[in-house]
Amino acid sequence: MSTALDTSENDILIRQQELVRALKPLLPAHALLWEPEDTIPYECDGLAAYRQMPLAVALPETEAQAVAVIKVCQELEVPIVPRGSGTGLSGGAMPIAQGLVLSLAKFKKIVKVDPIARTAVVQPGVRNLAISEAVAQHGLYYAPDPSSQIACSIGGNVSENSGGVHCLKYGLTLHNILKVRAILMNGEVVEFGSLAPDAPGLDLLSILVGSEGMLAVITEVTVKLVPKPQLAQVIMASFDDVGKGGNAVAAIIAAGIIPAGLEMMDKAATRAVEEFVHAGYDINAEAILLCESDGTPEEVAEEIERMTQVLNQCGAIRIQVSQSEAERLKFWSGRKNAFPAAGRISPDYYCMDGTIPRQHIATLLRRIQEMEKKYQLRCMNVFHAGDGNMHPLILFNGSDEDEWHRAEEFGSDILETCVELGGTITGEHGVGIEKINSMCVQFGESERELFWGVKAAFDPKKLLNPDKAIPTLHRCAEYGRMRITGGVLPHPELERF
Amino acid sequence: MSSPILKKFQDQIIQAGQSKELLRITGSGSKDWYGNALKGQTLSTKEYAGILNYQPDELVITVKSGTPLKEVEAALAEKGQQFAFEPPHFGPNATIGGMIGAGLAGPGRVSVGGLRDFVLGTKIMDGQGQMMDFGGTVMKNVAGYDVSRLMPGSLGTLALLLDVSIKVLPVAAATATVRVQIEQSKAIHLMNLLASQPWPLNASAWVGENLGTLHLRLSGAKAAVQSAISSFSKTYGMQLMAEDEARAFWTSLREQTHSWFNRTQAENLWRMALPSTAETLLIVGETLIEWHGGQRWYKSKQAAKEMKALAQALGGHASAFRSENKNETLLSSVKDNPLTAALAPVEDRLRKTFDPQGVFATGRLI
Repeated sequence: MSTALDTSENDILIRQQELVRALKPLLPAHALLWEPEDTIPYECDGLAAYRQMPLAVALPETEAQAVAVIKVCQELEVPIVPRGSGTGLSGGAMPIAQGLVLSLAKFKKIVKVDPIARTAVVQPGVRNLAISEAVAQHGLYYAPDPSSQIACSIGGNVSENSGGVHCLKYGLTLHNILKVRAILMNGEVVEFGSLAPDAPGLDLLSILVGSEGMLAVITEVTVKLVPKPQLAQVIMASFDDVGKGGNAVAAIIAAGIIPAGLEMMDKAATRAVEEFVHAGYDINAEAILLCESDGTPEEVAEEIERMTQVLNQCGAIRIQVSQSEAERLKFWSGRKNAFPAAGRISPDYYCMDGTIPRQHIATLLRRIQEMEKKYQLRCMNVFHAGDGNMHPLILFNGSDEDEWHRAEEFGSDILETCVELGGTITGEHGVGIEKINSMCVQFGESERELFWGVKAAFDPKKLLNPDKAIPTLHRCAEYGRMRITGGVLPHPELERF
Repeated sequence: MSSPILKKFQDQIIQAGQSKELLRITGSGSKDWYGNALKGQTLSTKEYAGILNYQPDELVITVKSGTPLKEVEAALAEKGQQFAFEPPHFGPNATIGGMIGAGLAGPGRVSVGGLRDFVLGTKIMDGQGQMMDFGGTVMKNVAGYDVSRLMPGSLGTLALLLDVSIKVLPVAAATATVRVQIEQSKAIHLMNLLASQPWPLNASAWVGENLGTLHLRLSGAKAAVQSAISSFSKTYGMQLMAEDEARAFWTSLREQTHSWFNRTQAENLWRMALPSTAETLLIVGETLIEWHGGQRWYKSKQAAKEMKALAQALGGHASAFRSENKNETLLSSVKDNPLTAALAPVEDRLRKTFDPQGVFATGRLI
């Protein structure tokens, strides 16, 4: 692979000069950066612990410019890392040494809104929240709402198949987009999906969504819009035991209710956010559940009553129902501010993203408590309980190398436990560079080989965001050697296909 | 290999690869008429049947591909759950494998999403007899490419589906159907307008020529359905249908047993997939419109080229869904549109990844 070339400093300089010389005629002067002081903001994404300087950064303003840049890179065999807002949490947009960062930040237009067809055509650099803001006048919104929605771009959302707190009822990015226009690594402009149902051929849109920028460079996205519910109300329920909280989640689903949002926080998280935002959380509770209902006023009243009943049956020790929109937002503010709250009580935090079957929520939380002792680090837990997507936040001090190392190990341990419990290493943040080793645990060799085949089908020279998401055989062998202790494979009880 | 059936599948695949034969995967054969002409020796999944795991509070069911669809739906109904995308059976013994392979969905698709939206994970056997697992049983999973979702609609041309995990949803507390006489263009506008407002609108169908009958199915909380019924009655003069009659009507659309589907041998049943707000098509004869205008049916002798051009001009695509004489020109293809034609070589390479020897390359999905 081209990234495995000799990386001596002189070679890098020669390579950089060659690339810049080829790209200069294709882009406006301000759209090509290569001096370190200009490219340093691009050395990492939301996962700041992993950094790498690129050869250069291109910020094309039109699709034609992006095509020209891609063709040059194809010819020079320079790897490309596509980038949206850079808010990703798995290092998917971290540059590759000897590679180009292709930023789509200038693709910021909302091209078309059709309120009756309930669609919006947007460029990839449009922020998630900006779509909902632009269509609010029509009583519509774009449903997936990742916590970073104020900053993250729709192109990034498609690449990561982003979720959010409402995806139990409204689906992930995959379920909320119709069509994507993109550039293949050979420079051809193509369309995935269609405004009409069931586009001909294989469902390639499904595979593009969540492909972490490895298959094509997105230049336009047609999203589905949904009518804004007339009313939303949220119940905040406290539990004196995490297990009871977990059971309440399962009981609500078993009662035939699909809440608009179903979130859980443990005591450590509740305390941290309460100090930060004063949302009125019960700081003595072992777990807090937020259950939202939305729809017509009659529908919400009916659902809130049913959920309250279930929560009481499951042993909730305190139940509050938001009585106004302001109060609803206040209840949510704690959950939405969990990350900054973690930042307030710890110099650094490391956010995990495993998903497990709901029935194992309490088991995983217990295992995490044991790991806190083992790694001598604190962890607070916030999660999308309704879909079993956990976000343990491991607190550490990044200036202490040993603490960071322990945090990484702690994280891998959590992810591998998620796999053991029948879940996955990532629910919505993507594998990127961060969880690439854990992919060796979740998938067997034949699955990983097939992933490489998928990659090559789109990008035969493997130039588009290589070295991310899918580990090589060699990498997994190395990781296996590292993790084997006393000649025993980790989790020998796991079926390895 | 853990079970004799799986070993049999593997042997058959390897054997076919060695003798350069094609394998046509089949369950009950209920959808043999669907897609391009049949080719190859049959590989039957019928013996590979059973529900592997069903936990209602996890909202997921895992089943073997040869399991009869009716058996699975009965198990779900017992727990008050369902496949919300309403898969058509098209035969009494339709299997889960056939459901996934065909990738079809019924009236509810317009509000809840298509079949692929509900597929969470698959176990497959590739064209070399290797078993692989993708996805899983959890709602959110972005580890690796979402290979499982390539299986719906692939018509057995990629790999043999062994097991599949599918998201299920509770049956709504209340359902009701209202209807009204209305012109086609007004009906198309009304379906879309109502879908852009917060009503519990679950499905729609309009049958007629210029004037026809619009049917709207409402589903959700009791109070929400009730308030929609009274509002639609007041504003649009819609009338409530009797429950049994309504249920039979939607089933007859899903299964295409409604009298509208009776056609002469010379006519093809054309499926026009369009952006839902696309204008009225100038095609002679009675039309059946579903999915707020996204799926429109015609019984027509018109040439394939003309039907495809009509759909393409409106941003859609057309296929002869049922016809006496099957051939490729009657089916929509990625090659029909320059912006998707460039994906044809990608599709080819993808197929070779799953199936290097072309054991499953029956051409049933063009």
